[in-house]
Amino acid sequence: MLTILFDGIAYGMLLFVLACGLAVTLGLMNFVNLAHGAFAMAGGYVTAVLMNRSGVPFLATLPLAFIVPAILGLVLERTLYKQLYTRSHLDQVLFSIGLVFMAVAAVDYSFGSQQQLIQLPTWLQGRIDVLGVQIGLYRSFIIVICGALVVALQLILTRTRFGSRLRAAVDDPRVARGLGINVSLIFATTFAFGSGLAGLGGALGAEILGLDPTFPLKFMIYFLIVVTVGGTTTITGPFLASLLLGIADVAGKYYVPSVGAFVIYTLMIVVLVLRPQGLFERAR
Amino acid sequence: MRRRTFMGAAGAAAVTLALSGAALAQEAVKIGLILPMTGPFASTGRQIEAAAKLYMQQHGDTVAGKKIQLILKDDTGVADVTKRLAQELIVNDKIAVMAGFGLTPLALAPAPLATQAKVPQVVMAAATATITEASPYIVRTSFTLPQATVPMAEWAAKNDIKKVVTLVSDYGPGIDAEKAFTSAFTAKGGQVENLRVPLANPDFSPFLQKVADAKPDALFVFVPSGIGAQFMKQFVERGLDKSGIKLIGPGDVTDDDILNGMGDVALGAITTHHYSAAHDSPENKSFVEAFKKANNGMRPNFMAVGGYDGMHLIYEGLKKTNGQGGQALIDAMKGMSWTSPRGPVSIDPQTRDIVQNIYVRKVERKDGELYNVEFATIPNVKDPVKAAKSN
Repeated sequence: MLTILFDGIAYGMLLFVLACGLAVTLGLMNFVNLAHGAFAMAGGYVTAVLMNRSGVPFLATLPLAFIVPAILGLVLERTLYKQLYTRSHLDQVLFSIGLVFMAVAAVDYSFGSQQQLIQLPTWLQGRIDVLGVQIGLYRSFIIVICGALVVALQLILTRTRFGSRLRAAVDDPRVARGLGINVSLIFATTFAFGSGLAGLGGALGAEILGLDPTFPLKFMIYFLIVVTVGGTTTITGPFLASLLLGIADVAGKYYVPSVGAFVIYTLMIVVLVLRPQGLFERAR
Repeated sequence: MRRRTFMGAAGAAAVTLALSGAALAQEAVKIGLILPMTGPFASTGRQIEAAAKLYMQQHGDTVAGKKIQLILKDDTGVADVTKRLAQELIVNDKIAVMAGFGLTPLALAPAPLATQAKVPQVVMAAATATITEASPYIVRTSFTLPQATVPMAEWAAKNDIKKVVTLVSDYGPGIDAEKAFTSAFTAKGGQVENLRVPLANPDFSPFLQKVADAKPDALFVFVPSGIGAQFMKQFVERGLDKSGIKLIGPGDVTDDDILNGMGDVALGAITTHHYSAAHDSPENKSFVEAFKKANNGMRPNFMAVGGYDGMHLIYEGLKKTNGQGGQALIDAMKGMSWTSPRGPVSIDPQTRDIVQNIYVRKVERKDGELYNVEFATIPNVKDPVKAAKSN
C-alpha cells in the first residue's frame, strides 16, 4: 500500500517537472505551447547521447539536460515564438504542433527511431527497505530533486523581484512596460527556464518513461491534463495536480488493472465538470 | 455506385496487367519489398532491408537467366499506405512477387490484392497466426506468436513452474500470446493469472507491484520490443529478479537488436524463439558475420533472418518456375525446405506457414556482449493455432 503511494508520488513529481514549464508558459504568459514535450525530449536525448556516446556520468549530464533545452528554448522564443504572442490561440496551437512534428522527424533522422536506453549508476539502482516499505532508490532520488525544485520555484515566483516583475508583466504587459520593466526579456528568460525544466524532466524520466522520437506526442496528453486539472496561475496548483494524477494513475492500475488506464481521464473529466477553472484556482 | 464499378474494373485491369506483365517482362523479375522504413517500426524495416540486400549480394542478381530487381517501398507502418503501394507495384511495376510486411495490419491490408492479382505475398515479419489464411497467395518466413509461445508454456510446466502471472500489452499480438500461453499452460496443470497493460503505458510500477504481491514462480511477459528494455529495468528495479520470480516469454522481449543496450538487467531471462544471433551453426556464423560487416556492426535479429529466408524462398521458387511468378511461384514455394541461419525450416504445403525449430534460450554474457544462448530445442514446430483447426 505504502509502496504504491510512494511510486505514485515519484511518478507525480516527474510529471510535475515535465509539465510545470508548460504551466508557466500557458498560465503566466498565456501562450499555448504544445511543443513543450519536444524540449523534454531534447533534454532526454542530451543525457542519453552524452552517456552512451561520450561516457559522461549520469549526474553530470543533468545540468546539461537543463541548459541545452533552455538555450534551444531561448533561441526559438526570440526567433519564432515571439511573433505569436499576440496571435490567436488557434495559431499558436497550429504553430507549436507543427514544431512537434518537426522535432519528431529531426530526432528520428539523427538518432534513429529506437528507444534510447541509459544505464543508471549502481548507487541509484535497486531498492531499500525503510520501516517495512520497499522504496526504489531512483524514485527517491527523483522525489528529492523534484521536491527541491518545487520549493525553489515557489520562492522565486513569490519572494523575488524577478517573480513579482514576471507576475506584473503577465497581468498587464503595457503597464509593466510603462513602469520600466523589460517585459520581453522577462518572457524570454521565463520561457527558457520552462524549457530547461522540461529538459531536466525528460532526462530524469528517460529511465522510467522511456525515450524515443515520439516522446512529445506520447506525453503531450499528460502535460495537458496536469495543467488543466491544476490550473495555470500558480505553481502549487499543477504540483498538487501532478501528485494527484500520479497517485491516482498508479493506484488505479494496481487496484483495478482492467480499467486502470481510464482512471486519470475519469479524474480529469470529473474535475473539469466540477471546477472548470482548475482544481486549485479561484474562479475569475 | 459508379465508383464501385470503376474499382471493379480497375481490379480486373490489375489482374490482366499482372498476367500479361509476367509474360512480357521476360528479362527482369521484379520483387516489391514493402517495409516500414520510417516511423516507430523503422528498425524492423532496416533489419529486413539489410538482410534482403545481403542475400542478393551473396547469391547474385540473376535467377534462371533472369535479372532480379528489388523495389523497396516505405509504408511508414500505416496499413493504408501498404495497400496503396502494393497496388502501385502490382499495376505499374508488374512485380512477380511482393514481400516484407512489418506488422500484422500491414500484412493483412494487401492480402485481397494478392488474391485478385495472383501475386505471391511473402510475409517476412508479421506474426499473428491467422495472416496466412487471408489469401491463398500468402506465404510466411518469420514465425507465428503462438508457435513461439506454446513451447514456452510446455517448458515452464516441465521445469517446476506451477504458478505464472502473464503480463502482456493490450493489443492483438499481446492477447494472442496471453491466450496461447494460458491455454497451453493450464492444460499442463499450471495456474495462471492474467494482467493486461495499456499499449501506451509510461510506468509499469503498479503492474509489477501486483506481480510482486502475487508471488508467482514465473512472470510471462509480451510487450512490443521497444518497450521491452524499459520493462526489464523496472522488473529489476523492483527487486523481482531477486525474489525468485523467473522472467519468461517469447523472444520479442529480448530482441537481439536492443538486447545489448538493456544491460545486465536482462541477464537470466528465459525466452523461446526461432532465432538467436548466437545460434550455434556454421550457416548462422557466416550469416551474422556477413550481416555485421555489411551494416556497420549491427547485429541481425529475428526480423533480419525472416527477410533473409524470405529472399531465399523467392530465389529458390523462381529457380523452380524458371522465373515465372503467379500461381506457379506460390505452388513452387509450398513444401520447400532448406537450412536457414536459424536451423532447418520448411514451408507447410497446407497452411503456407513456416515450420521450424523453437529454441529455449537464456540471456547470458558472451564475449562481453549479451546474447540469447540456446539450451534446448523443440524440433519442427508447426503453428499451433492452424494445427488445432485442421485436427
